Amino acid sequence: MDRHRPALSRWGALLAVPPLAFLALFFLWPVANILALGLAPDGQPRLGHVLETWAQPYVLDTVLFTLALAGLSTLLTLVLGLPAAWVFARFDFPLKRPLRALTVVPFVLPTVVVGAAFLALLGPRNPLDALGTALFGEAFPQVRLDGSVQAILIANVFYNIAVIIRLVGGLWAHIDPRAEEAARMLGASPARTMWEVTWPLLRPAIISAASIVFLFTVTSFGVVLLLGGPRDVTLEVEIYRQTAILLDLPTAAALTLLQMGGVVALLWFSARAQEDLAVQQRLRGSSETARRPRGRRQRLLVALVLTGTCLFMFVPLAVLVERSLAGPGGYGLAAFGGLLEADPRTRLPVAPWHAIVDSLAFAALTTLLAGTLGMLAAVVVGYGRGWFSRGVDTLVMLPLGTSAVIVGFGFLVALDTPPLDLRTSILLIPIAHTLIALPFVMRSVVPVVRSIDERMREAAAVLGASPRRAWREVDGPILARAGLVGAGFAFAVSLGEFGATLFIARPDTVTIPVAIYRLLGQPGAANFAAAMALAVVLMALTTSAVLLIDRLRGGGPQPF
Amino acid sequence: MDRTTVALTLAAGALVLTALPVTAQDKTLTLMTHDSFYLPEGALESFESEHGVDVQLLPAGDAGAMVNQAILTADHPLADVLFGVDNTFLSRALSADLFAPYRSAALAEVPADLQLDPENRVTPIDYGDVCLNLDRAAFGEDGLPWPETLDDLAEPALAGALVVENPATSSPGLAFLLATIATYGEDGWQSYWADLRDNDVAVTSGWEEAYYGRFSGGSGEGDRPIVVSYASSPAAEVIYGADPAAAESPIAAIEPGCFRQIEFAGILRGTEEPELAGALIDHLLSPEVQAELPLAMFVYPARAGVELPAAFAAHALVPAAPASLDAELIDAKREAWISEWTDIVLR
Repeated sequence: MDRHRPALSRWGALLAVPPLAFLALFFLWPVANILALGLAPDGQPRLGHVLETWAQPYVLDTVLFTLALAGLSTLLTLVLGLPAAWVFARFDFPLKRPLRALTVVPFVLPTVVVGAAFLALLGPRNPLDALGTALFGEAFPQVRLDGSVQAILIANVFYNIAVIIRLVGGLWAHIDPRAEEAARMLGASPARTMWEVTWPLLRPAIISAASIVFLFTVTSFGVVLLLGGPRDVTLEVEIYRQTAILLDLPTAAALTLLQMGGVVALLWFSARAQEDLAVQQRLRGSSETARRPRGRRQRLLVALVLTGTCLFMFVPLAVLVERSLAGPGGYGLAAFGGLLEADPRTRLPVAPWHAIVDSLAFAALTTLLAGTLGMLAAVVVGYGRGWFSRGVDTLVMLPLGTSAVIVGFGFLVALDTPPLDLRTSILLIPIAHTLIALPFVMRSVVPVVRSIDERMREAAAVLGASPRRAWREVDGPILARAGLVGAGFAFAVSLGEFGATLFIARPDTVTIPVAIYRLLGQPGAANFAAAMALAVVLMALTTSAVLLIDRLRGGGPQPF
Repeated sequence: MDRTTVALTLAAGALVLTALPVTAQDKTLTLMTHDSFYLPEGALESFESEHGVDVQLLPAGDAGAMVNQAILTADHPLADVLFGVDNTFLSRALSADLFAPYRSAALAEVPADLQLDPENRVTPIDYGDVCLNLDRAAFGEDGLPWPETLDDLAEPALAGALVVENPATSSPGLAFLLATIATYGEDGWQSYWADLRDNDVAVTSGWEEAYYGRFSGGSGEGDRPIVVSYASSPAAEVIYGADPAAAESPIAAIEPGCFRQIEFAGILRGTEEPELAGALIDHLLSPEVQAELPLAMFVYPARAGVELPAAFAAHALVPAAPASLDAELIDAKREAWISEWTDIVLR
């Protein structure tokens, strides 16, 4: 296939300025400041301490455990996510849109809430254990998974499966099925067609999505603390402890260097692999490629994948809905009614619905900011080649692989002089959310940009279009659609973000996850039910937002 | 204009709007707190109108993270007053020289045993106790034996009954560890915890998982009848429960193993409004605010003679002799104790 692509002109590289300036100011500068405090507390670099820290035996254990956990989580997410991505991209079935929108919900739920659902399903008195005891009496062996590595793995897959379904599915839905049909016609088995035709076309998107999942699990913090045993310590947990609890900045800096070094190396190679593996192809409209499953075997397979995915993803969500309805006085909507007014007994100074309004405002702002900056970065990375575009790609991704606490404390020491004293400004909330949302916008667009067939632009040129017009007619609509996938993620990231917001949120501007956290900080059934009701509202908001964005994106025939 | 242009214009407009500085009204005074800080609406209003000042709250993580942020920003302080440093982090805050001394006149009403800093760099505002909580339904006639001492928790009769929080990641977890150190001494607590481990103690990373996830009493959904929580939790279970007038709480706090946490406020060095900052500390110690503290934060007022709400008086425990340790000793030994505990209980 043709490997030519329109090279990014020198002027085009200027598009990278806004995203790079944003990252330099709100990511590199704060992180450099806090690292400098740790590495050279009195102006003299103390590299000896870094080496001493790295040489401690617990550091090696922690690094190995972190890598194994993230690697295994990514692998499992791929194994479960790819079949689901296939079904959602290639087939039409009833309720497809709402189901696909629902798969994003776990991605936004705060870990405290997911923890509650998983404890109910995996912890003491879980349904499986109860059933066994009911059937076989007390002799039935106790079944429980909470406090184990298995529980962390299950939760990580639960959280990240949407990344695979949407990022890989985003490309898959546009791949022309005729190549596969031709292979089948020539006698290739379905498995061989998948391996030799589909897989090479999808590889860049899979690497792109898998690296996001890997980074997310490397830096996942709440899941490990909540569901893991007390012995399960990842690098991220240790960095948090050294920074926020012990204020041992030299040790925290040494560990952060280790984490960031590994992440940069991984990103550099994954950027390179994506570039090398990209294949230009004729992309089709998603409604042209999806069809109803044909034949008994295919129907069975699709039904199997769908049922499995839905059970795995929706049972924990159903538990949350059940908990939100079960108030202290029996089942009812009392907890939802309570969201309308401030309860003077709880720790929220405002009625919980304020949290809903604030969350939506921050999410809208984040979507605009991350959407704009992310599209610019995606154009530079997607059309460019070589070290510059790879560098931009790595830098945009890096915040996902950096401890939130390091960035947060970096803000405190770096942004402390006017006019940039933003430390107490609520503007920091959309800024922090944008750091996390940017990679999703960029990675939703880049694989698609790289797959655009050059011959389509040539055809447009032959028909008399100027290069600019050809770009606008051919690339523009494809970019806009891919950008909307990213925008949906940006919105969801902002709705669900918790760690950074907790540090920045003011009492009168609380997001939903922060409100949930505050409610669960006190004992009592009323607090628990209100927190669960807010979680259900968060689920509903996310589903509707994603549905709306999917509708905007449409599935109609592409203009080619 | 096409849709993209409209969207971009809107985006730019939104950014410009939000970036505009808020128009300055009165003077403002910033109060840095931990996440659990809460006062009902109105508790600060009389102060604001009397002094013509706007009080901004600045939650900054849990008590430890808050103190660390204050230390990191000591040269350009984020706030004028800090509330919520407790006796386990006090010595770190004092040795970082965060606070300007201030002696509130209201201190005359505060018992001397709460005033830990003779130089008055910090002022005690409230106190609360971390205590063991029991699920009443699991104890009694045909149930488990009610524990009378800490030793009883290590008896086979209570095997698998206790859930505690990890002191490395949880403040009540640390408080309970300190209570055992105060009870058994610096050389005796290790063997006690080895006994607890052999008796199948469960460890969680934070209070939420221990209370809601593992504890069987009250609103807990787990299967362990004893949890490390607060002396006020039985009152909270009634106040937030199905029947706020219930005669008896479904859970009970017990005396052995209680550790007292005292919360202090201090004026951050570098404030431009030292007098207003002092007045805010006076206000926090005023009878008006002190009476609100129990229901707002489930703590006891530092000021003597403040009347407690009925549900609080009826259901919360006030331990007669809670354990305590010297603040400097805690700060010097905390890390060593935690890693020793980790080796004993978790490895």
